[in-house]
Amino acid sequence: MSSVLNPTIEAPDVKVAKPGVFKRLLRNPSVLIGGALLLLIALMGLCAPLLSAIDPAGIDPSNRNMMPGHESTVRDDDGNKIQRVAIMGTDSLGRDIYSRVVWGARVSLTVGLAVAAVSVAIGLLIGLVAGYFRALDGVIMRIMDGLMAVPAILVAIALVSLSGASLTTVIVAIAIPEIPRVVRLVRSIVLSIREEPYVEAAISVGTPTPKVLWRHVLPNTIAPLIVQATFIAGSAILLEAALSFLGVGIPPEIPTWGNIMAEGRSVFQILPHNILYPAAFLTVTVLAVNMLGDGLRDTLDPRMAKRV
Amino acid sequence: MAAPVLELKNLSIGLPKGSDRPNAVNDVSLTVAPGEIVCLVGESGSGKSVIAFSTMGLLPKNLPVRDGSRIALQGEDLVKVSEARLRELRCTRMGMIFQEPMTALNPVMRCGAQIDEVLAEHTKSTPAERRARIISMIEQVHLPDPERMYQSYPHQLSGGQRQRIMIAMALILEPALLIADEPTTALDVTTQAQTLKLIKELQTQRGTGVLFITHDFGVVAEIADRVAVLKHGVLVEMGPTEVLLKNPQHDYTRMLIASVPSHEPPERTRPVPTHEPVVLQADKLVKTYGHRGLFGGQKVAAVRDVAFEIRRGETLGIVGESGSGKSTVARCVARLIDPTEGSILLSGTDIATMPAGQLRGLRRKIQIIFQDPYRSLNPRRTVGQSIVEGPMNYGQSANDALARARKLMELVRLDPDSLDRFPHQFSGGQRQRICIARALAMEPELLIADEAVSALDVSVQAQVLRLLGDIRDKLNLAMLFITHDLRVAAQVCDDVAVMSKGQIVEYGPVQQVFGAPKHEYTRALFEAAPGRHFDFAKAAAGFA
Repeated sequence: MSSVLNPTIEAPDVKVAKPGVFKRLLRNPSVLIGGALLLLIALMGLCAPLLSAIDPAGIDPSNRNMMPGHESTVRDDDGNKIQRVAIMGTDSLGRDIYSRVVWGARVSLTVGLAVAAVSVAIGLLIGLVAGYFRALDGVIMRIMDGLMAVPAILVAIALVSLSGASLTTVIVAIAIPEIPRVVRLVRSIVLSIREEPYVEAAISVGTPTPKVLWRHVLPNTIAPLIVQATFIAGSAILLEAALSFLGVGIPPEIPTWGNIMAEGRSVFQILPHNILYPAAFLTVTVLAVNMLGDGLRDTLDPRMAKRV
Repeated sequence: MAAPVLELKNLSIGLPKGSDRPNAVNDVSLTVAPGEIVCLVGESGSGKSVIAFSTMGLLPKNLPVRDGSRIALQGEDLVKVSEARLRELRCTRMGMIFQEPMTALNPVMRCGAQIDEVLAEHTKSTPAERRARIISMIEQVHLPDPERMYQSYPHQLSGGQRQRIMIAMALILEPALLIADEPTTALDVTTQAQTLKLIKELQTQRGTGVLFITHDFGVVAEIADRVAVLKHGVLVEMGPTEVLLKNPQHDYTRMLIASVPSHEPPERTRPVPTHEPVVLQADKLVKTYGHRGLFGGQKVAAVRDVAFEIRRGETLGIVGESGSGKSTVARCVARLIDPTEGSILLSGTDIATMPAGQLRGLRRKIQIIFQDPYRSLNPRRTVGQSIVEGPMNYGQSANDALARARKLMELVRLDPDSLDRFPHQFSGGQRQRICIARALAMEPELLIADEAVSALDVSVQAQVLRLLGDIRDKLNLAMLFITHDLRVAAQVCDDVAVMSKGQIVEYGPVQQVFGAPKHEYTRALFEAAPGRHFDFAKAAAGFA
């Protein structure tokens, strides 16, 4: 009875707090394994000059198409003889495949990271606008639908023929078709959050629209976006390799996993290691990225895990 | 007395570790006799639904039935029987209806086929026999055109019709026990009255024992033979309805009954503020929802030609059933949506068609409190951040705004030191008070409460209503009170507008509208209110 009439001041019921996000992430095996593998590959890319003394672009016509473990003697700039071992063999131009694979990690990771960052940043902005402003929604989404219909390879070929092959071109070419996917994701979240009473409450206390979006809508998109970003990164790494393999990507003198494989294509039957080594690294990297993404999704956004 | 259909003896059901109490249900014993309706009443979290689910054998694994409990259905202990036997018993000996008929029915199956599933599973009749039996059952639940109902999908039916299909499905095998878990809570008041009548009718015809779970004392007074009151999983009191409602023994029961708002508007102690200035005047307000597709589209008028005015210190209630347009009116007034036509004069300025830029300065004068306390505060921001957001939008410094937020927290009777806590640390009623504080921080002239107490338990509802009343009197606010609950409207409002199908059908002082309703619809609405014959205020006065 007293609780109804008594005007005493109440303190909130404190409930047991769930363990923090980071603790939960560290408990997830996919996050741990995926993260650790990715870290190793990133370290490999960063330490490429230390891991391999051989110039990845250096051509050596006398040691072409050698099997893994081939030993050779070369002279350095000062005329001293150096014994070299091609751990993974050499390609048809005599370039050291191990060295090229190690350096290739840089390109792959850069492409993955850059594509994820670019497409998420642009997609988030467009998605927020499309989801929040009804008038623009139809127009923006139709443009996005159109964009989605263009294959990345076509965009890449078009861009390369316009501006020449380069890392930037490849990143842009892969990012453009990913943007609509991010836009769709963000838009769907914004559409449901926009109807939440706390957003309407913010509007009725006079919060300007940009602030409403920043404070009340945007934070809800972060967890699903992080997850989406990892998947984009994974597919971007694959796509870069595919573009390089087809010869419409990064110029052949720059070592990328796709370029190494493209170069080894013609001699695959006799010298399969030309393709197998870079392919193994590519597979492990993409697997690691996807494992990380799966783990992040399970931890940050359990509802999404059920949907997929 | 005949052998009970259901006998619960020392029923205890555990909660997972880390919950606020060890048992969801603690040592509950009760019986349901054939042909008897026993109401299980309690506030949210009292364990009433857990009892229903344990009887059906539908409890999730993390809620174990404790040793020593007995759930006997016609003498057979359900705690001990196998899963296969339980499946046999469901529908044949016990049936259940749920709160939300839309989610309880499979949306991609025709209603007839869903009932047929029950028959095909449990009987050996031929398809033709089954069909005949289903059609006759659909007739018995008084659905029009049984053949068409048989062929309909759930979404083609109204909420009340869907609940009838659920009832038909639960009762088709003539079970001895019917468990009804808040079966009318999601329904409109007129539909609710019809559904209650139907349950009572079928139950009397067939001699079914009913375990009826509800939080609404009006429904209890309407339908129950006996009542059991639950609090935090403990059975505090049980007895025949008349006795328990009129002469409750336990303090908790008394408090619950005293919290039920009376259907009779109270005598006004405050003078009607006719001399005060008009704060809000709506005229010829129209809101049409148009579907502008490529190939034309149809238009639906949610609000048609609505006009009303509210003076300072006055509360206007808008009552109506779902879909009557009452919330649309509130949202138009708060300019969360743009009215299609008409004028809304706020202290003489028309805000109905004002562009957003100009409107910003006036927004602070109208504040709104929403229905769902769990969604109306941003879960990622502290309570303090939520309250000061508005004043800081209008240039108040962070320190001033915080100082005022502390005062407001005291006004809504919450600890000012809890401003740095997050919404999930508060209960529903506390959150609703935080929302009130947030609205008041803007120093509004008009406060809109859009079903603001509908999601709250009855005791919490009473607290929040009292708080709103105090604040209105203290600050001399104009209030627009949207509700579907006639009892609440009777207690809070000075004037009442009854809305139906987008129009105001009756509008006047609350005593007049409630005392002598003129319009047919208003009369039907009042007629349908559950427990109307029982005056809770008088009962409460008797034992207070």
